[in-house]
Amino acid sequence: MAEYKRPSSLADAPSGYCPGCLHSLATKLVAEALDELGQAENSLNVISVGCSALNILYWGNDFLSVAHGRAPAAATGIKRTNPERLVFAYQGDGDLCAIGLAEIMSAANRGENFTVIFANNQTYGMTGGQMAPTTLIGQKTTTTVYGRDPQTTGYPMKMCELISTLEAPAFVARYALNSPKGVNDARKGIKKAFQLQMAGKGFTFVELLTNCPTNWHMSPLQTLEYMNTNTIPYFKPGVYKDTEVDA
Amino acid sequence: MVVINDYLCKNCGYCVKFCPKNVLEIGTQRNKRGHFYPVAKEPDACISCAVCAAMCPEGAIELPPKGDVDNG
Repeated sequence: MAEYKRPSSLADAPSGYCPGCLHSLATKLVAEALDELGQAENSLNVISVGCSALNILYWGNDFLSVAHGRAPAAATGIKRTNPERLVFAYQGDGDLCAIGLAEIMSAANRGENFTVIFANNQTYGMTGGQMAPTTLIGQKTTTTVYGRDPQTTGYPMKMCELISTLEAPAFVARYALNSPKGVNDARKGIKKAFQLQMAGKGFTFVELLTNCPTNWHMSPLQTLEYMNTNTIPYFKPGVYKDTEVDA
Repeated sequence: MVVINDYLCKNCGYCVKFCPKNVLEIGTQRNKRGHFYPVAKEPDACISCAVCAAMCPEGAIELPPKGDVDNG
């Protein structure tokens, strides 16, 4: 017999996300992990620009909203000056791997002791569904109306694979939120990333595969199937780097 | 037994899809924000697995500790 209580880190109000958006599930998982670790009041959420910024509407703990793509840079300063706090950046794919690519790679390469939660929905949700660096080949967006063509726009960027090649990161993992198993694994992964940060092990990175019913032009349930058949075969879930296990 | 905070619901249908015992269905009433929300059509079939609560993006479903629910 399981029990479940809404995380105390979330305000008692609806999120700003569209119906069925897994961004709000990702936020809820982060809140659950903080509650389980008793770190809710000690945490500091560095909020980026994009749909991920809708966190502001119902995040109950401390947060800082920073310039587009610069969440890892801001988090670096916060964590270095407040080493006792649990600092995490919550970024979407447009923020993290387009405008903020330099910041995330540099922070990861320095092994900064904070966590990045990366919500990857393969589109620019807030601005109207344009192509993101992570948009799948053939996926239609408002700027790739015939589907993404790698000849002109390159290939979807695999951030976990990229970051795991660096020496410094302590934990790099990807989870898909379209099934109960994926959600359960993601909850454990986020918790582990926070625990590693609290132990001072260095940079931790958790990618969460999410959806965008509004800009994919599908019902929420259809997006879950689309993720099974298209997203997950390309962005394979798994733990890409874990220095505790690899040692 | 599940407790649904209908005010938070946005009618995505994830709880209905993933319930292993088909306890839930989308009801015919709308909440204050205009969304139809789930109701327990077969509450006795609930095994309190909490899958519906885990999959709810809005945190609108809770499973209180046994004994805390007033079924009257």
